[in-house]
Amino acid sequence: MPEAANVAESNRAALAEYALRLGDDSLILAQQLCAWCGHAPAIEVDLSLTNLALDLIGQARGFLSYGAQLRRLNEDADALAFGRDVLDFRNCLLVEQPDGDFAQTIARQFLFSSWQQLFLDVLAQSRDATLAGIAKKAIEEVSYHARFASEWIVRLGDGTAESHARMTAGLDWMWRFVDELFETDPIESALAEQGLGVDCAGLRPAWDTAIRKTLAEGTLPMPAVRRSVTGGRQGRHTEHLGRLLADMQFLQRAYPGANW
Amino acid sequence: MKTTDLNASGGPASQAPIDPTEDADKLATFDARVAADDFIEPKDWMPENYRKSLMRQISQHAHSEIVGMLPEGNWITRAPTLLRKAVLLAKVQDEGGHGLYLYAAAETLGTSREEMIDALHAGRAKYSTIFSYPTPTWADIGAIGWLVDGAAVVNQVPLQRCSYGPYARAMVRICKEESFHQRQGYEIMMTLARGSPEQKRMAQDALNRWWWPSIMMFGPPDDHSPNSAQSIRWRIKRETNDELRQKFIDITVPQAEAIGLTLPDPELKWNEARGAYDFGPIDWDEFYAAVRGEGPVAKERMQARIKAWKDGAWVREAANAHGKKLPSHASVPVDRLRTGDDWSLWEVFIRAKNGLSHKHVGSVHAADPRMAIEHARDIYTRRLEGVSLWVVPSAQITASDPAESAALFEPAEDKIYRHPTFYSIPDHIKNI
Repeated sequence: MPEAANVAESNRAALAEYALRLGDDSLILAQQLCAWCGHAPAIEVDLSLTNLALDLIGQARGFLSYGAQLRRLNEDADALAFGRDVLDFRNCLLVEQPDGDFAQTIARQFLFSSWQQLFLDVLAQSRDATLAGIAKKAIEEVSYHARFASEWIVRLGDGTAESHARMTAGLDWMWRFVDELFETDPIESALAEQGLGVDCAGLRPAWDTAIRKTLAEGTLPMPAVRRSVTGGRQGRHTEHLGRLLADMQFLQRAYPGANW
Repeated sequence: MKTTDLNASGGPASQAPIDPTEDADKLATFDARVAADDFIEPKDWMPENYRKSLMRQISQHAHSEIVGMLPEGNWITRAPTLLRKAVLLAKVQDEGGHGLYLYAAAETLGTSREEMIDALHAGRAKYSTIFSYPTPTWADIGAIGWLVDGAAVVNQVPLQRCSYGPYARAMVRICKEESFHQRQGYEIMMTLARGSPEQKRMAQDALNRWWWPSIMMFGPPDDHSPNSAQSIRWRIKRETNDELRQKFIDITVPQAEAIGLTLPDPELKWNEARGAYDFGPIDWDEFYAAVRGEGPVAKERMQARIKAWKDGAWVREAANAHGKKLPSHASVPVDRLRTGDDWSLWEVFIRAKNGLSHKHVGSVHAADPRMAIEHARDIYTRRLEGVSLWVVPSAQITASDPAESAALFEPAEDKIYRHPTFYSIPDHIKNI
């Protein structure tokens, strides 16, 4: 169980918000991957995607439990996952984008995991022991996610004409939501300055290099620069999140207060 | 996760008499080996009907695992807590893994996985009737874990001693991994039964719907199961349908009582003389309808599997196309078994911990070496089974021929002077 006792009172609200952002990223992406279970292009891939989802659920439980402790509202991770509506979710817009075809799912995973890998590397050095602990455990998981996704980027980019076209389209769909990953709002900069959080803007050059390298290997063009769409961290979401929550939260909504 | 003997559909292919044209000496040797509980391995001589029966049973078992992912998969995105979601996901993932182990075992009999999958999609192969029933509520997840996995355990435990080595080994792995499945299901039911009136109603309703299909999972009664006797002689089945069914009922009745749920059979009653529960008549018409593919959601199940396979075709093709461009590809011989767009077969070896040798654990399909490593990792090391992996294209393995095993191995038998125990040295002489 995470330990929130040693957090300075002045940082408590910001850290709670931060934990929710990270927990929601993992939760929503896991939820999307869950939908592939039983329907993947090959049974082996079904198991791989499930492994990714299981890792992400574990991360979500860690971050959300910590967020719940910091909020001191007598909630637990489940209350946060199943009790909030769209406006209170803090995930980035990238992870709430629909699965689409396998190429679109891989595009989402590749862009996110490549970012998350860099992010967790820094977060593992956080002066907040709980965040650092969750990050250290998650780094190995996410390194595998990034490896898995980037290899599929190359296979699909460099496979057939059809897979190349689908991979290009998948990346094109997701590219609008990339800039949000590197935004820094006052909460994040305050935490980064104290060595508690991550300066995301600083991750961009390394991320760009990694993305360019893999896309080149997959003979894929860099997606065209276009106006980015952001707002997830502030609760301004796309249409997709509401439906995802309606599905995910159904039982808790239909039977309030029940024990499962 | 489960097996159902569907042989009772009674078609000509399901009959397995001894073919009189087969070599009588070989047959006698084979029968003697099986009767002595020896294992038969892929390259060994085997009667054609043994091969066919096994092929049907193992592939049907594999299909059941894969189709069986769907009813529970229906609730993964709606699981009520994060822990329940993770548990259900891990369980359904296991089923996918078990399907893979079983396809791999069936492939050793010389039929490609894609051919088996085609047979399923075309309706030529069967899967367990239980999965053509729907999961409308969360309690169905509890009922499936408790009853369906419970029945599967009863069915599968004896198969760990099945005469066909690859099947027996797959079953050992499967039984070990499945030990949590039934417990998590029962725990869900227990929680619901102790919950709100709505939850209890949900639990009882699920039990009402799953009880009879679960006890049908053991297949038709023994007097209507034409292949049972032969299958038992061949040790590809170890106990009869009725024996297994009775065993399951006897262990399940007290479990239902313990959580205050009622089994939907008014004739269920302890019979002191038999030392077993008597139960009411089973509606075999319902069973045979489900065997014919007329279960309530059989269409949905097949539609989902066919769609997944078709939608995945471009992905599998792309990976094959990319794999062929890799420099490593030139040295990989053509995979004899591969058909269509499924990937080539690789054998997987795991080092359990440093200091031990790599050991063969099974196979995976993959389009390139890195994919093979990842698939091996995702399928065979989910429970910390290893610290190192080898993957080898199956086509690159050269195996000794069982026909030469006498020449290869028997000459070592009388060279007992190679063993230290051959030499008698007085006890008082030390360090020698």
